[in-house]
Amino acid sequence: MDLVIIKYNAGNIQSVLYALERIGVNALVTDDYEKIQSARKVIFPGVGEASSAMRYLKEHKLDAVIKDLQQPVLGICLGMQLMCAYSEENDTACLGIFDETVRQFMPPATGEGSGLKVPQIGWNNIFNLRSPLFSHLPENSYCYFVHGYYAALGEHTIATADYVQPYSAALHKDNFYGAQFHPEKSAKVGEQILKNFLSL
Amino acid sequence: MLCKRIIPCLDIKDGRTVKGTNFVNLRDAGDPVELGALYAQQGADELVFLDITATVEKRKTLRELVNRIAHHINIPFTVGGGISSVDDVNALLQNGADKISVNTAAFKNPLLIGELSKEFGSQCVVLAIDTRQEEDGEWYVYLNGGRTKTDARCFDWAKQGVELGAGEILLTSMNHDGTKQGFALDITRQLATKLPVPVIASGGGGTMQHFVDVFEQSQADAALAASIFHFKEIGIQELKGYLLEKQIVVRPC
Repeated sequence: MDLVIIKYNAGNIQSVLYALERIGVNALVTDDYEKIQSARKVIFPGVGEASSAMRYLKEHKLDAVIKDLQQPVLGICLGMQLMCAYSEENDTACLGIFDETVRQFMPPATGEGSGLKVPQIGWNNIFNLRSPLFSHLPENSYCYFVHGYYAALGEHTIATADYVQPYSAALHKDNFYGAQFHPEKSAKVGEQILKNFLSL
Repeated sequence: MLCKRIIPCLDIKDGRTVKGTNFVNLRDAGDPVELGALYAQQGADELVFLDITATVEKRKTLRELVNRIAHHINIPFTVGGGISSVDDVNALLQNGADKISVNTAAFKNPLLIGELSKEFGSQCVVLAIDTRQEEDGEWYVYLNGGRTKTDARCFDWAKQGVELGAGEILLTSMNHDGTKQGFALDITRQLATKLPVPVIASGGGGTMQHFVDVFEQSQADAALAASIFHFKEIGIQELKGYLLEKQIVVRPC
């Protein structure tokens, strides 16, 4: 199979599958190591909680499989966070593909950013776009985000968003890509990002 | 910057979109999937589907409908109506819903909110509250689609719901619903400014200025409306253009 979606205890697998169908692409949802390893591209989705997701991945030995993948891999939301080194969400050691640490949004008590709600739910603009993942998209395109934790800006940041403070909307290192937002729910912009990933 | 959201709501009865006034006098407003896809294309930020069918066949048909919606719609959507268990939610999420909303069942069994948020994450659990301001000036919680009054105060229930794990509040004022006289600014403001989760204002949106008011004066995070969109009184594009002119941050269409 050309495109595989990793099956684990995360919430948005169907949404990703249907989004791909809408752009005319079939994908296989599987937790079979061989099928994941032999795919041309892999999507690692995710909506949920970090520690239980990591526990599941370890129990099913998917953690080592994901880390060793050589083909383009796109982590989405929790999938991206799990590809980082560590998440503050229930003190979770993650896969360590990206060096970044995942922290909880902490709106200040006063001043700019006070009163912001956590999780961030809704459409936010992404900027400083630096990757073919964002081909054909203008700066400040809007994407749909749902998250209470974020990866700080770092050397692997390829898109920035601003909520409480600027943070990584997307990451890239070697063959690994991560998007904090949900391309599968981000209307035309998201469809373009999925198409871009498929043509990497 | 995070945008204010515009959310068309589709009330579903026996597979069709319907709309009433003050929760009664239902009129047909079309196929929910076609209508939802049209709204998504026009620039809606999210959709809410509330199933008000009361038959025993409901569960299966709702799952099928959700599956059809999920195939056709490229923006997030919430499904509500008669959801009362982890199994119900699991089936809807498996069919592609992004969030679910609970109302009467959560009020009768508040622990349901905790169970759902623990199982699926609070970002997935929307607590819908139908409220009416009575002659004593207080806002009371109503159940069963607005047919049953309770003694609970709206703010107290919303606060408790958030503490139990609700990730968002969908607040419908029954006094305002279907009247097109504007949103319930006071109670919306109370919830939106005092609760740590987003509040979706619902009921009463009739002019574009009403949306400006609920975002500016009540600090609602999102505004939901039905009939003005279904009956093409206000277009989503037109509304967003107006909001942008008024310096309200929305996602351009």
